[in-house]
Amino acid sequence: MTTASIDLPAPEAAPPRRAQRRVLPGFHLALGYTVFYMSLIVLIPLAALILKTLSMSWADFWNAVTTPRVLASFRLSFGAAFLAALVNAFMGLLVAWVLVRYSFPGKKVVDALVDLPFALPTAVAGIALTAILAGNGWIGQFFEPFGIQLAFNPTGVVIALIFVGLPFVVRTVQPVLQEAEKELEEAAQCLGATRWQIFWRVIFPTILPALLTGFAMAFARGVGEFGSVIFIAGNIPMVSEIAPLVIIGRLEAFDYLGATAVASVMLLFSFIMLLAINSLQAWQRRRAGDSA
Amino acid sequence: MNGRRALQRGESPWLRWCLIGLALGFMLLFLVLPLLAVFTEALRMGVGAYFDALRDPYAMAAIRLTLLVAAITVPLSLVFGVAAAWAVAKFEFWGKSFLTTLIDLPFSVSPVVAGLIYVLVFGAQGWFGPWLDERGIQIIFAVPGIVLATLFITFPFIARELIPLMQAQGTEEEQAALVLGASGLQTFWRVTLPNIKWGLIYGVILTNARAMGEFGAVSVVSGHIRGLTNTMPLHVEVLYNEFQSVAAFAVASLLALLALVTLVIKTVAEWRIEREMQTLAELAPERPSSPPVYTPRTHAS
Repeated sequence: MTTASIDLPAPEAAPPRRAQRRVLPGFHLALGYTVFYMSLIVLIPLAALILKTLSMSWADFWNAVTTPRVLASFRLSFGAAFLAALVNAFMGLLVAWVLVRYSFPGKKVVDALVDLPFALPTAVAGIALTAILAGNGWIGQFFEPFGIQLAFNPTGVVIALIFVGLPFVVRTVQPVLQEAEKELEEAAQCLGATRWQIFWRVIFPTILPALLTGFAMAFARGVGEFGSVIFIAGNIPMVSEIAPLVIIGRLEAFDYLGATAVASVMLLFSFIMLLAINSLQAWQRRRAGDSA
Repeated sequence: MNGRRALQRGESPWLRWCLIGLALGFMLLFLVLPLLAVFTEALRMGVGAYFDALRDPYAMAAIRLTLLVAAITVPLSLVFGVAAAWAVAKFEFWGKSFLTTLIDLPFSVSPVVAGLIYVLVFGAQGWFGPWLDERGIQIIFAVPGIVLATLFITFPFIARELIPLMQAQGTEEEQAALVLGASGLQTFWRVTLPNIKWGLIYGVILTNARAMGEFGAVSVVSGHIRGLTNTMPLHVEVLYNEFQSVAAFAVASLLALLALVTLVIKTVAEWRIEREMQTLAELAPERPSSPPVYTPRTHAS
């Protein structure tokens, strides 16, 4: 259990000016339990993945993650997630804008519904989207006569990821839009700016950090997404097989090292996105601090 | 809302209704239709077939297992969430922001990777595999593995919900209680807990939804043994792949109902939290000049 120690020093090392805060009890217990539980559930198992990867030689690792099938799955997972996040950045901004700036009947229900993709289990979303988009489905039937297939190909993957990622953008942009100072817009209006100029020069810079944060979250989630995608993807190797499914395929073939190698690439991506999102949020907080 | 009229003048009514129509149309296509599809498909063969599908022994076993997993994971996540929020929100210590980042980590890890790491620790070829095997303990492809994977997935929800709320509330009330002679536990039960009640409910209901609905991580560790290690989402997959569409959507409809109930409770809780934060901002002018804006971060990865 030596891996249980993360880099937290003894609590006594806190700056003395905060000493009065220690009036509250339970600090050692709470922090101790937090670190213990986190090590048990998150850190040690993740360390197992990293150590397993490090036990491979570089050549083995490289061969495992650069087979054509793996590369195709990475291209699909990253490409589809990026496209879906891009669509969500536009549509999410539009939904957030409409919810914050306009009033219309049923607005509260619409607002609550935005979170549906968070609450609906991914497998349920997956089979529901497949039922709608398949050739005989509610929406698919309108595209079938033109020879356009919405399900069982990369298009289906993108659509599923749009569903999954929408709330990330709406829920990060919405509060910022709500807090945006309307005085600035009015000033711009008084100075003769058109509505379009006001949006691009005044509103857009204010919400840009939040929009990028939402985009990054939707992208990160999309790359790792599994449940909502596998039903609609068709899972054809080299065409519509996502990276998480490659991991499962290798596990089922008892190729633990191969699965670990692909998983470690995805984990590395998770770390990078986590850092990116953190710095985007710091930027957003600074932006908010400036305008306050 | 003083600037509202000027802004409403901003866009022409025509453009305004176009934007509203576009947004609502998008949401109808992407959110409402899938939801309707679940219930339509489930009831395609009538109410009788619907309830028959739910009364199937395997479906019942899956429902029982899902309830069991949620009953174990939600309290464990709750204890962790409260402990982590207490440490992070009420105290200053070195490495705090690093710890907060680590709490977020499970959000950005793919569910399949989350399942895999437990296979690497407890699986037959894993670290403890041989040791567990000698003692006849099975974790992977059994219920304990499902519980562990679900614990990983639900790990950040409650802490992420409570930390901003408890940070905004500060420590004055707890300090007052302690000065007046309350014990630490009394202070927590009588002062802190009532203050964070709605945030806690919100976190628990989201954790529960994730625990019952998790698919990817559980799919890796479950082994898909019908009647034994199939949770509801996994059972939906099995039925769907066997072309038992009505039965699959019937089980799925229970999960969709759970999602709807979750959304309702979440909306109520959010509304209550917002109101409490407003009172807080009005009551305490001596707190930091700009009252912290409460933004639910539960889902932020």
